[in-house]
Amino acid sequence: MKLSGSDIIVRTLIEQGVQVVFGYPGGQVINIYDSLYKYREELKHVLTAHEQGASHAADGYARATGQVGVVIATSGPGATNLVTGIATAYLDSVPLIAITGNVSNTVIGTDGFQEIDITGITLPITKHNYFIGSIEVLADTIREAFRLAKSGRPGPVLIDVPKDVQVAMYDYEPQPVVAADEVCAAKDIRIQQAAACINAAQRPFLYFGGGLITSGAQDELLQMAEIIDAPMGCSLMGISGVPTNHPRFLGMQGMHGHYACSMAMHHADVIIAMGARFNDRVTGNRAKFARTAKIVHIDIDGAELGKTVSPTHGLRGDVKKTLQKLLPLLEKSQHPEWQASIAKLREEEAAGLDCRDGMTPRNIITMLNRYLGENTPVATDVGQHQMWAAQYLNLKNSRRFISSGGLGTMGFGMGAAIGASMGTGERSVLVTGDGSFGMNLNELATAVANRVPLVILLLNNSVLGMVRQWQTLFFDKHYSNTVLTDRQTDFVQLAQAFGAQGSRALTLEELEASFDKAFACDGPYLIDCAIDKDEFVLPMLPPGGSMDDIIVRIGD
Amino acid sequence: MKKFTVAILVNNQFGVLNRVTSMFRRRQFNITSLTVSETESESFSRITIQSEGDEVKKEQLINQLYKLPDVCSIAELGSLDTVSRELLLIKVKNDPAARSDIRSASDAYEGKIVDYTKESIMIQMVGDSRKIDNFIDLMRDFEIMEICRTGIVTLQRGSTTIRRVTNL
Repeated sequence: MKLSGSDIIVRTLIEQGVQVVFGYPGGQVINIYDSLYKYREELKHVLTAHEQGASHAADGYARATGQVGVVIATSGPGATNLVTGIATAYLDSVPLIAITGNVSNTVIGTDGFQEIDITGITLPITKHNYFIGSIEVLADTIREAFRLAKSGRPGPVLIDVPKDVQVAMYDYEPQPVVAADEVCAAKDIRIQQAAACINAAQRPFLYFGGGLITSGAQDELLQMAEIIDAPMGCSLMGISGVPTNHPRFLGMQGMHGHYACSMAMHHADVIIAMGARFNDRVTGNRAKFARTAKIVHIDIDGAELGKTVSPTHGLRGDVKKTLQKLLPLLEKSQHPEWQASIAKLREEEAAGLDCRDGMTPRNIITMLNRYLGENTPVATDVGQHQMWAAQYLNLKNSRRFISSGGLGTMGFGMGAAIGASMGTGERSVLVTGDGSFGMNLNELATAVANRVPLVILLLNNSVLGMVRQWQTLFFDKHYSNTVLTDRQTDFVQLAQAFGAQGSRALTLEELEASFDKAFACDGPYLIDCAIDKDEFVLPMLPPGGSMDDIIVRIGD
Repeated sequence: MKKFTVAILVNNQFGVLNRVTSMFRRRQFNITSLTVSETESESFSRITIQSEGDEVKKEQLINQLYKLPDVCSIAELGSLDTVSRELLLIKVKNDPAARSDIRSASDAYEGKIVDYTKESIMIQMVGDSRKIDNFIDLMRDFEIMEICRTGIVTLQRGSTTIRRVTNL
């Protein structure tokens, strides 16, 4: 059957199982939008306020569902507006396909109107990208892009389609959904060596990142924790990988990680790292990181083994499959001394917890926890609120913490929360701050237009809190460009102006009343939640510091 | 710093060199020599890159290369079982007092004079990089006007080919 290039694009997306795409029309994708109109019964398109919002929405959709997210944008500014979203997905290994239009092949290279070299621009932030020179390769390239995006360590793939290719006619035959490449376990010999190392451990520590969630290895991880009697901790990207209240789970590790978790990792003699990449926010000063520990590092991306931290045993392979082979080799063991010191660390952590009354970050997030369903996705933006969410949220299921870890993209949350809600059919929650929210609040329009059930918990301190915290601690309280009090934005009126609902909470009672309304609302609901400008995220490892330098409280 | 050479078989498509060198730039791997050409099959190009760094750096580089979908095969070429050559063109000033010394040096290195004018002598030389380096060093006694060298091309001895190298 002969179809136009734009029809082939849409039909191939449908063929590959895509149900929702996010995007924004424009001159060089107008043909694709005509095809989207034609096939609107089979493929839903969500119009966002800005291409960046669309890219984050596709990303949030992918994180929450594990499916490939798809975003469409026009050439030039449409394409460049995707860049932050693509980079966000790249740093967090999210399967994403970005389709951009471009000027016709005859015009390419002449600086035509809205022409941009988007394959050049996105080269370092995609797993791969394609410029479609002719229609013959169009459908197969899209299929190949799906295979790449979801295979191995997932990531974004961009396909740039010039106008003439969208208009041209070519044969199209539907194909089955392309499978991701078969993943393998690490080599047997490596697994055996790792097992011997783990069996000899006195103070084993299980540490996982986003790769555990991608691999779906939660069951194997929990089995291993029981067999070797080990505590577990995770990176920011690993949050929701195991239920927060699992008795062996100590929480997040790293710069703002939980005290007991960071300390346990620091004192472990064997760290078994799975699907995590030892980013600098995790290790602090690399030379001082886990000095006494042997490290067993399992990752599907061999380039992560030894990239920042040299593992004693580097195992290149899928986490789930590798653990399945590793588990039978592990000896059932008990480590009462280690468990006693873990219990002591937990007590120290509990003693240091923020127990103040009133609108403290901990009280706010703890109250939010009461309203979360089993499957409510919680997205965040980036900054202090993100860390408080990571520290205090109580999550029960995988893929329910949607946060920009690697790139740290302020403005990620609005789009991501919309995408996560649409992907799961659940009401989603966005925990944000007044700084981050200000970056992409235009997506309120998208949430209203699509009646997305979305609770926006805006922790409003009228400052850029995380930078302010650094300025307080390391820059003599020079609050350079981090004070927002002059802005005078009324976020409740702003939400209402967009057609959403909202209320302000100055006390915990008001917050409770706001949550009651927000979680009963069938569209977006914003809670402008006042917090003090000098709340700190603690504990904190100073940049470049080690566990010896941990700051657990701020003296007045 | 220790140097090493890798040969990379890549899909013969436009932009592929950019993809490879972009990764080198982004991750701060230094390139000391680079050659690219089509191969026995028009589907593939062969990139020979010499870089420098320790064993960890080398492994990182190879692992990162494998992540590029256009990379089909990689061979790390140790010096023992390979033939490695470079081509040099060097132009030196044709000074009457120096020309016989230049000619003797060229002969000793099995160079070939490929252009000869009143003002200049151009010598062509094939050899491994050390020989080329040494010859250039020798020519510094005279007035070097211009140098152009191709970078390293390398093949393994015997019947082994890069296409038969299995991935790690």
